[in-house]
This record gives sequence, C-alpha cells and structure tokens, in this order.
Amino acid sequence: MFHVEHYQYDINMFQDYDLIVVGGGHAGCEAAAAAANMGSKVLLATMNMNTIAQMSCNPAVGGVAKGQIVREIDALGGYSGIIADKSMIQFRMLNKSKGPAMWSPRTQNDRMRFAEEWRLQLERIPNLDFWQEMVAGIIVEDQRVVGIETSMGLKIKAKAVVLTNGTFLNGLIHIGEKQFGGGRSAERASKGITEQLEELGFESGRMKTGTPPRVDGRSIDYSKIEEQKGDAQPEKFSFSKETKVLEQQRSCHITYTNPLVHEILEEGFERSPMFNGRIQGLGPRYCPSIEDKINRFAERNRHQIFVEPEGWDTVEVYVNGFSTSLPEDIQYKAIREIEGFKNVKMFRPGYAIEYDFFPPTQLKTTLETKLVQNLYFAGQINGTTGYEEAACQGLMAGINAHLKINNQDPFVLTRSEAYIGVLIDDLINKGTDEPYRMFTSRAEHRILLRQDNADVRLTPLGHKLGLASDERMEYVEEKQSHMNAFMANLKSHKVTPKHVNTNLSKVNSSPIKEKTNAYNILKRPEISFTELSQIEDELNTMINGYSKEVIEASQIHIKYESYIEKENQLIQKMKNLEDLKIKDTLDFNQIPALSSEAKEKFRKVRPQTLGQASRISGVTPADISILMVYLGR
Amino acid sequence: MLDQLKETIIALSTAPGVGAIAVIRLSGDDAIAITNSVFRGKNLLNQESHTAHFGTIRNEEGEIIDEVVATLFIAPKSFTKENVVEISCHGSPYIVQRLIKLFLRKGVRLAKAGEFTQRAFLNGQFDLAQAEAVADLINADTEASHKAAINQMRGGFSEQIKQLRAELIHFASMIELELDFGEEDVEFADRDDLKKLVNQLLSVITTLVSSFDLGNVIKNGVPTVIAGKPNTGKSTLLNALLNEEKAIVSDIAGTTRDFIEDEINLEGVVFRFIDTAGLRDTEDKVEAIGVQRTKEKMKQASLIIYMFDLKNDSLTEVNRDINMLENLGIPFIKVGNKVDEAQADLYAEMQKDESTLFISAINREGLEALKSKLVDTVNLDNFKSGDTVVTNIRHYDNLVQTQNSLNAVLSGLGDNITGDFLALDIRHALRFLGEITGQITTDDLLANIFSKFCIGK
Repeated sequence: MFHVEHYQYDINMFQDYDLIVVGGGHAGCEAAAAAANMGSKVLLATMNMNTIAQMSCNPAVGGVAKGQIVREIDALGGYSGIIADKSMIQFRMLNKSKGPAMWSPRTQNDRMRFAEEWRLQLERIPNLDFWQEMVAGIIVEDQRVVGIETSMGLKIKAKAVVLTNGTFLNGLIHIGEKQFGGGRSAERASKGITEQLEELGFESGRMKTGTPPRVDGRSIDYSKIEEQKGDAQPEKFSFSKETKVLEQQRSCHITYTNPLVHEILEEGFERSPMFNGRIQGLGPRYCPSIEDKINRFAERNRHQIFVEPEGWDTVEVYVNGFSTSLPEDIQYKAIREIEGFKNVKMFRPGYAIEYDFFPPTQLKTTLETKLVQNLYFAGQINGTTGYEEAACQGLMAGINAHLKINNQDPFVLTRSEAYIGVLIDDLINKGTDEPYRMFTSRAEHRILLRQDNADVRLTPLGHKLGLASDERMEYVEEKQSHMNAFMANLKSHKVTPKHVNTNLSKVNSSPIKEKTNAYNILKRPEISFTELSQIEDELNTMINGYSKEVIEASQIHIKYESYIEKENQLIQKMKNLEDLKIKDTLDFNQIPALSSEAKEKFRKVRPQTLGQASRISGVTPADISILMVYLGR
Repeated sequence: MLDQLKETIIALSTAPGVGAIAVIRLSGDDAIAITNSVFRGKNLLNQESHTAHFGTIRNEEGEIIDEVVATLFIAPKSFTKENVVEISCHGSPYIVQRLIKLFLRKGVRLAKAGEFTQRAFLNGQFDLAQAEAVADLINADTEASHKAAINQMRGGFSEQIKQLRAELIHFASMIELELDFGEEDVEFADRDDLKKLVNQLLSVITTLVSSFDLGNVIKNGVPTVIAGKPNTGKSTLLNALLNEEKAIVSDIAGTTRDFIEDEINLEGVVFRFIDTAGLRDTEDKVEAIGVQRTKEKMKQASLIIYMFDLKNDSLTEVNRDINMLENLGIPFIKVGNKVDEAQADLYAEMQKDESTLFISAINREGLEALKSKLVDTVNLDNFKSGDTVVTNIRHYDNLVQTQNSLNAVLSGLGDNITGDFLALDIRHALRFLGEITGQITTDDLLANIFSKFCIGK
C-alpha cells in the first residue's frame, strides 16, 4: 500500500522536513535534538505529547556502565545528562571503592519533572516541530525512505527517518492470565510498522521486559527497613556549568523478600504468563522477574528490594527488584509479606510487556538500515534495554542522519573511544537474543572509557560536529592544560628524606631513601592526594591551587599510567586487524573451509574488516585464521 | 586462492631416492576420478573408503608405467577431508617421475610445501595448535620429536589449555560479577581463593613453559659445546663421536639420509655441536676457556663438555676452569682426555670426583660412558612419561605472556589493587591462552555469570 509511485503531500500543513523522528522516548528526544541542533529541519512525531521522555521503568538514570554512557552523551552535546541533573532527587557515585574505571554516577529522579524538563528543552530548539499522532508506516521509493504516513492518512515528506518505537510495536501487556495490547501501562500499542517493514524484507523478533508494582509510600513502615542515602558530596552528570549539584536529597531504602513471600509467589506460577508459555519473547537474564529469580535460584531464601521514591513531592514509590507478571492478587498478597510492607497499598500492579524488535545486525555502523537508505533505527527497536542505551543510539542516529543528508562523512565511535562505540559495534555485529544492556565487562578497554575523562575523549568530536558548544570545548581545553601543568609541577617538585619522612610515616607509608619528586610518591598505592598534601606544606599549597576535578583526573592518570599504557598498546595491535579490509565482492559461500554458521553470519553482517569479522558472534578463531589465509596473510 | 583450493594436488609422500616402494598422494575433488582414468583393475569409483586396490597405471598410449596399489580415502574421511588417493608404486625415481608427469598432464597440480596440511586445516580437520603439530610431525626426524608431535596432535596440549582456561574464565566471571553487579546482593570473589587459583595456574603454566626448553631440545637438538684448551683433543673427540654416529646410521637399512655434520643422535636425542668450526681451527689463539670470546660461545650452549688434558694440564688450571664453569650455570660434563698418558697425581686427584669421565679420544676409549652421560644429563624422564611438551615457539610466547599476566595479577593482589585492574590482567591472560586454541568473549563471561548467580533488580 505504500509503494505507489506518487503522493499528494499536504504542503499547507507540513513543510518538507530533513528528518522525521518517530517516537518521543529517550532515543527519539536525543535524535531530534541532535539533528535540529546541527541545522536540520526536524519533525518529532509521537502518539502522545504528554508522555514525551517518560521513564517507563525505574525513576533513575545511570548506574554501572550506564552512568558512563550518560557522561559520554553529555560530552558529545546531548541532553540526557542535563535533564537528569535538573530532575535528580539523589546522587550517588557507585563503585567508589573500586578502581576509577568502575566509578559510575547514578541519579534517582523525579519522574514527572524528568519528562517535563525534556519537553521544555525540546521546545527551546527552533528547528524542531512536533506532531501528535500514531505513525502507520514509512514511505519508501527506490529503496530510500522519503517520508511517513500517519494513522489518519497524512503523508509527510522527509529526507530521512529515525524510528524509535520503543516497546510500542505490537506491544502486549501481561498481568497473570490477563493480556491486552499496549505500549506502556495505560497507553495503546502501535500497529502497522512491523508488518510494513517485514514486507520490505526486514527480519523481526519478539522481546519481553517487565516492571514491578508501584505502591503508596505513606503505607510503608520505613522504620523497619534500611535507609540508603545519597552521597555526602554529590556530583552531577553534566560537564557543563548549566546544572548544579544537589543541596538536599531524598533517600532510597533497602528491604528483602523472604521464604513466605516466595511461597505465595509460587502459588501463582500456574497462572503466570512466564511459565505457561503465553509469553514467547525472550527476557533479559540480568533483569529477571521475581518469579524467575525464585524459580532459577531456589536455594536463595531472600532477594534484595530497592524502595525508590518517584519524586520530590509524590507519595508514589517504585519497588525495584520485584518485577513481576503474576496475577495482581498474588502480587498484592506477596508484597505485603515483605518487611516494612505489611500495610502497603498498591497503586499499579507490575506487568510484563512483549514487543517487536528488529535484529540489529540489519544495521550499518551509523544505525542506518542496510535495506532502506536514510532509514535509521534507535533504541529498543534494536533490541536494547535502558534509557541510557536508547538515548545514545538516538543521538548517534540523529547525528548520522543529518550528516548523510548533507553528504558528510559518517560519525562512528570505535570500541576504544566510547561505550557508545562498544554498544553499536556489539549490536550490529553480534546482534542480541535478549534485551541488550551495557556492562563495563562488555568494554575490553574500560580502563580508558571512564566517566571522568568522557569530556576529554568526546567533547572535541562533539564540538567538531557542531553539537558541543564552544564553551564546553573551552572547559575541556582548560581542564587538560591545568592537568598538564599540575602533573609537570608534581614532577618538578622535589622532596627530601629530611623534610617528608616523618610525615610519610604518619600516613603509613615507608620513608624515602633519597631525594625524589612528588609525582613518584603519588604512584604509591597507599598515597592519594589527601595523603600527599599532608607530607609537606609547600605541596599542600600547590595542590590546593587546582580544582578537585583536575586533581582527581590527574591522580587517575598518574596512578594507572602503566595500565593505560598497556591498554593503548593493545589497541594499536588490534588496529592491525581493523586495517585488514575485506572486499565487498568476496563471496563467503565460496570458502568451503568456513563453518556454515560463519558463512551465514558473514553473509548477513558483511564485515568490512578482519577485526569486525572477529567480533561477530558464532565466528571462531579458526574461521578468522581461514579468512586470514584467504586474504593472503 | 579459492580456485586453487578446488584443484587436485599431487606430491611424492615418501622420501626421494631409491627405495622398495614410494607413495604418491593425490588430494582434491577429482583425485579418485583422475586416478581411475589411468588405472586398470577395479573401477575405483565404485569402491568403499579405506580400501586398497591392486592394478596397473598406463599412460595415454596404453603402456604400463608400473604395477601399483591404490588406497582410497573418500571425503570427508581423509587427512585433508577431501578425496585422497595414495598410490604405492616401486621406489624408483624414474617411475615416480613418470607417474607424476602423467597425473600433471591429466590436470593435477603439484602440491606446494605444506599444502596437504594447509587443506586439512582449512577444511576444519585441526585447530591451529594441532595443525602446527602436524607440520612438526612432518619435520620430526627423531623418535622423541615424533612422540611430542603425536601427543600434540591428539589434542593433549589443547585439552590441557582448555582446562586452564575454563578455570580462568570462572575466575574472570567472579571479578566481573563484583564489578558490574557490586551494588547488588552478590558474594564477592574471595581474594585468598583467587590467589590460590592463580598460583595453581601459574605452576601448571610454568611447567609448560619450562617444557619448552625440553621441547626445543627435542625439536632442534641440544646445543652442545666442547670446551678446553687448544690441543686437548677436542676435535679428535668430536670426530670420534660423529664417526661412530655415522656408522650406526648407515647400518640401519632404509634410514639413509643426508648426513648432517656436527649432529649426533643418541637414544632419540639430538646433540648439535656449536662453534665446531672454531674447534677445528688449528690457529686458535685462545689460551684458556676463561677468555671472553669463549665464554660468549659457551653461553649459547645448553650443555658443555669440558675437556682437560690429563697429560699436560695442571691441577690449578683445571680447578680454575671448573670453578668458572660452575659460575656459568650451564650443565657441564668433565672429561679428562689422554687417560693412557695421564700424569699420576692429576689423575688420582680428579678420580676423587665420581662424576668425572676419563677417555682417550684418539683410541676411542670411554666413549660409551660419555654418550650415556650426555643422554642422562639432558634427562628426558618427564617427557618420556607422555606429558605435554611445548615445542612450538608461538605457543611458548603465548604461554610466557600468560605467565606475565598472571604474575601481574598476583602482584596486583599483593598491592590490593582494585578489581577493574585485576580483571585487565586476567583478560590479557585469557587472551594469550586464547591465541593458542581459541578466544573467549565477553558473552562467555556474562553467560557464566548469569548461569551461576542471581543478579538484577
């Protein structure tokens, strides 16, 4: 129905857009904002303008690996960090006891304010228009997308389209034995796009995710459960000075399930869509429903529950860790047996949702589809989960759509440059069978991909794209020059045994035998800047002349220099594989030695380099050796 | 490259030269069909795999070139996983040449060095480690070397590495678990247990690494130096050893090969004498073995035969030399030459040390004792028990890198370094082990985590 040659575009109602973004979630917002800020005329089409930038899962941003992504988005000139800062009610730097690569910022957010801040932010971008309606399909001419068609039959023209449909494509919500169509609690599903894309030759799949019940905070007995406060010295996501740290914070709480809770939940297993086969989509292993947890890990007699406030003022509370699709009566009965929840009132039951996704191996490194030119996919439609994962894909799709229609080179981040690079590389090469979430362990170079240096890594790139402001670029340059000056100062600052040995012993560090510099002292594992500033007055004065940010970044650099060096060497080595290009014309089927799985995968993904080929799932080292032999190595 | 793989290749599989029989091997899709086109006897196209058929091979004119036995291996049940025919013919270079020429005219191509093995590898017969072992097997010319290659081919080496990796993957998952899911209710990796595990791994890998020395000995021979003052009789001894060897070799039928000068094979162990040119240099101005140049030469050796002159040397000189050798740290055998003309006091004094041997190189006296001493010193016990021996330099490099990474883990544990840096070194170790048999991916680590631990909110 969409393959007709000519269309009547309603030129009175809509201008010709450069880019239409379908969907107003985390991916859609970043995509629309990025392209518009770069100069494209953008239309954001969404089913409901009141639910732009909804946090459909827990009211929090960041966390391990995800916090790093938010910092990266911010460094490039995206908005997720700024919006999270403006709506945060608590800040914690997770993993502070571990190494600097693990430090992960996380905010608890006011759900309503988060959405509001995003909406207002988008409204401030001049090139960005809105249209509220369900999009029924895209218009394709000669393997190229040229616009969209809405459910009312309106046709809107654009040079490129980004699809960010989230969980809405044929979304199906399950609560116990009940099931109903919907993209989110109380919102309808989107129909038509999957079917059309399949007709165009796209392969689709089905995934599942879930959320826990939300309850009335006034009915929780907080005296019975453990408080989890925000950091005493909270920080924030954004590198820009546009946002401020919190002066006041709200606490979260921790409680646990118990054998009785598990027993009650088990009563409902028969009526669970998870166990009776009604849910076919694959759910994430790392974000299991509570029924999944007690089923798979029967030996554990308790599971952790995080009690998270939904905002500054609302009494609604999110029961993180209790995701379930069991019947609502079972949910209610079981939740009241949790410590502190004896008299709890439920606001909304938990539910599971199934939705369509498109295996991301059908995408190029720019997130453009291989089948239809100028069509981009971002977010859960690609099989990912999480606001941060979605947002960064939206940003990259928006940037690349703009570049493509302006005939500019694509913007691709490598695995050693950013978590964003790891995410997209994983998606397009390995695909995913379950909702893909970022972990630090997915990033082989995580030592380099830290939250503290995201600005140094990426702001110059964002600035070149015209996304990161001049002001941001100046901060980064200033930070770097201060770091260099500071480290040079430490190297030239000599300390003698006579002056510092007494103080060294006070901080439990062994004495020095001869004159050395402060830089070397800082390399000692037991010495941080706090200790270093205690061993000599002049040092103290010198150190205090620098900002906390510069001091911390320099300290990481100095202490982990050898690891960072090793990592850089490894990247250089890997680059050799990346430089081995595979010709577009190579017919993998003509290589009998390759395993049939490798042939199939190579044919689908069409790796450009040997390095990329080696990262495709199911491809063995033997396959790579064989390819090497064919490539004449 | 692709086209080349489709071609049927041919090569003489036995050693060139005259012998009772010679074996010519063909591999490729058309190997059986092409053989059948020149073969008179049964129709080879209708025969089962692993069967041998007597017949004649005739040229285009119908003239018989030779009576042969053709053994068929039908794909994929062959070494290369392709159709293979082995033709046993009479061992005359002339016949072999005529047969191969006939096949070349029929469209078969002469195989390049190692091409059969390459095909076997490309067709998935071996993993990389095994393919290298096959190459070694082809080059193996001593009993010990052959045994090591066979052992590796059976996957013994791969198996041991795989086991190590499985343990290390578990270790890595534990660390990743506490890194990525530290905020949750998970148990942390016990650092003492980790330390124990790394130490266990290290001891196995260290054994493998040190087996390389032995492995290298098996493959390349023991670099051996005969040291001593000029005119002690060094070159006489060398010639005596070499000549004996030559005689033994030529006594055994069918083992004739190019005699490699300066190498002897004793009970399967090859001893390779280095700097023998220097030994034969009668103008050698070297006064004593202690001078720098000689020392440098000796450092290249794995074994030193220290030879002194019972007739002319003084006890002081000998003791000084022995002292120097002890400091060098390379195993050495003390040999007193010219026992038939020995000074009585020096002889008596040296006899106090039971490990000293006394010979007369010129009369070939005491050589048997020296030879068994040579074999004993190299001590192949642990190899002969069938243990895995690393003979491949690439494996050795990767094992050493693994060892370094594991040592970095240990020192990191000592410094109480945080998990992300520990994980870095563990991953490096896994990567180096992976270079030998296969890689592990993050997905493997995550799968291990998800199957064993309950995590996720």
